[in-house]
Amino acid sequence: MSDAAIQYNEDVVKKFVIAAIFWAVVAFLVGVVLAGQLAWPVANLGLPFTNFGRLRPVHTSAAIFAFGGSALFATSFYIVQRTCRARLFGGEALANFIFWGYQFFIVMAALSYVMGFSQGQEYAEPEWHLDLFLTLIWVLYGVVFIGTVLMRKEPHIYVANWFFIAMILTIAVLHLGNNSAMPVSLFTAKSYNVASGVQNAMIQWWYGHNAVGFFLTAGFLGMMYYFIPKASGRPIYSYRISIVHFWSLVFMYIWAGPHHLHYTALPDWTQTLGMAFSIMLWMPSWGGMINGIMTLSGAWDKLRTDAGLRFSVTAVGFYGMSTFEGPVMSIRGVNALSHYTDWGIGHVHSGALGWVAFISFGALYYLVPVLWKRERLYSQKLAAWHFWIATLGIVLYITSMWVAGIMQGLMWRAYDQFGFLQYSFSESVMAVHPYYVIRFTGGVFFLLGSLIMVYNMIQTVRSPTTARPAAEPQTGLPIGTAMAGA
Amino acid sequence: MPTKIEKDSISGQLTTGHEWDGIKELNRPLPKWWVYIFVATVIWSGVYFVLYPSIPGISGYFHGLLGYSTRDTVEADVAAVVKQRSVYMDRIAALPYDAIRRDRQLLAVAETAGRIVFADNCQPCHGAGGGGSPGFPALAAGNWLWGGKLADIETSIVFGIRGGHDNARQSAMPRFGVDAMLKPDEIQAVADHVMVLYGKSTVGSPAGAKIFAENCVACHGDAGQGNREVGGPRLASRTHLNADDRATVVGQIANPRMGVMPHWNTRLDQATIKSLTLYVHALGGGE
Repeated sequence: MSDAAIQYNEDVVKKFVIAAIFWAVVAFLVGVVLAGQLAWPVANLGLPFTNFGRLRPVHTSAAIFAFGGSALFATSFYIVQRTCRARLFGGEALANFIFWGYQFFIVMAALSYVMGFSQGQEYAEPEWHLDLFLTLIWVLYGVVFIGTVLMRKEPHIYVANWFFIAMILTIAVLHLGNNSAMPVSLFTAKSYNVASGVQNAMIQWWYGHNAVGFFLTAGFLGMMYYFIPKASGRPIYSYRISIVHFWSLVFMYIWAGPHHLHYTALPDWTQTLGMAFSIMLWMPSWGGMINGIMTLSGAWDKLRTDAGLRFSVTAVGFYGMSTFEGPVMSIRGVNALSHYTDWGIGHVHSGALGWVAFISFGALYYLVPVLWKRERLYSQKLAAWHFWIATLGIVLYITSMWVAGIMQGLMWRAYDQFGFLQYSFSESVMAVHPYYVIRFTGGVFFLLGSLIMVYNMIQTVRSPTTARPAAEPQTGLPIGTAMAGA
Repeated sequence: MPTKIEKDSISGQLTTGHEWDGIKELNRPLPKWWVYIFVATVIWSGVYFVLYPSIPGISGYFHGLLGYSTRDTVEADVAAVVKQRSVYMDRIAALPYDAIRRDRQLLAVAETAGRIVFADNCQPCHGAGGGGSPGFPALAAGNWLWGGKLADIETSIVFGIRGGHDNARQSAMPRFGVDAMLKPDEIQAVADHVMVLYGKSTVGSPAGAKIFAENCVACHGDAGQGNREVGGPRLASRTHLNADDRATVVGQIANPRMGVMPHWNTRLDQATIKSLTLYVHALGGGE
């Protein structure tokens, strides 16, 4: 049972941890710039490459793929080795190639956006040659991850790894589907998607929604299933929930995309399909929340002393809120009000900031002392400051976007007593300006919090090495465990 | 690894007996409320599938017992609004402008309609309240290119300006610089004269005045008063179509920018265009 013989590949994990922290700051910084541009258009600077239209995919790709992706690579490579008691399959060189290849893809994608290249598929903007390169990286990732699982010394596959495998397989299919395009020529960064019109829109949102479902939900649930029980020292609340909610989640999610296309040229039956599966997705999503939060029962006191765990658990709270809000917004009648408004932006950010970023922060605060073999985090107090500043930022962000979005929805549908629109579009733009300023403020808070984290991490790494890392797996039983029948 | 089932003393639950890197799992049954809500959403979806458009077939789809259709819904909504509007709009369409303006209630409706139609369609170029922006006329200023009477405004809206309609208002200023009709120093001299007409300079140019008299008066008038017959802008004014600095004037002589306005007769109905005309007329520049 001893792990002493196994030398885990922690080098690639460290690299991805550094990348995740770096890209987090980039993503938040560009987000703040964009929020500023929306509140004060002069911030576009009148230059093509600083224009909102080109910077927006830089922000979304940096947040989802650069920060989120690097955090997923780091945690999945860490978790799969520990929970399989096997060194990463494929060796150092392959792992390093995946790291540098993925970072190369991110930089090239960002450069192509600011230079004005885009294939116009949301969250899949890179042109065909970059898509092909990413396919190679992703397939190699799958080989390394699944290879490690196959080489495992544990009899069973841990739930976190189910979620990572679901992510790897589904994202591969989604990526190939949405990026099926015909290049104009071999030497041109321009292509046309094989689908057009409403079929293209449907494929786009099948991709877009399941990028949320399998990258931003399944992947990060895998993260949660490791770091919350580790940090709290408690067993998973319910193995049965984890089975049922895993299979129901992966089965339901893949159908829900059409709810992004209510009241469009998409046939009514397809809209119904997307809406019904979104409603049914509510409890499968909440299964993860129950297992995340309730695992703490018996160790709630740790929330006072472990800021990293506080991030993780708050993340699960935001996850529960977003996965309730999502099905509500998918209802056709609600969507008539919420669609095309800033409510959608608020919803996305309660998931992106509250869930994805917070669960990643929790993992990063756990991982950095362990990976660099430091006794503890440099400062729990600074981590607590990060937590509260970032939480305040999220609250400012999502509440201002709720108010702005619902106001927009109501203004756009308001008719006067003669049957004319009550408000012009430009009046709705003026009306949301104060909320755009509040959103900008929230973004600044979130960015400031991440800078505190950067400082804390650097200081942690700079602190003296300790022989015995503090957060290594506990040797004894988890708190409150006794032998059955003893 | 042998399975080792343990009892968690805090919750009293048994573990599954598996362990990964120190993580164990409780073999706790599913929460009842979770199962019930899950089943309820599945049943709800089944009922929804029966009532609403749902299952696709080879050549069509099951439309649901309620016969619901988003297309029907939007058509019914639009029809209801058109009916609501028609109470007043039919009268606005039928009556001449004088009669509409005498009926204070009808005028109020027309200006309400005109305001929102202007804000959603015209404001991007002409500015809020018709304040204009460089290259786009300020409608509230009274410095009309094509006339500020109700009939003039209506014609501009209906057919547009240089917008491709057969009856569109047409005019073109020659490209005096690009087409080498004037030498660069002559253009500078005319610009000096125009700045005097603008009231922004007292240092005229006799040579410029002469060139102006020979080339520009047909459209801009001998004293720069403009000519609405051909849409020639009035230069002897404090408000101008373009920026009023000398460099812009030189540019407009050498290689003029000429704006385009769409024809709205295919986008707005007659009553709406009349309402819009009354609104624009009342912005401050109407004649």
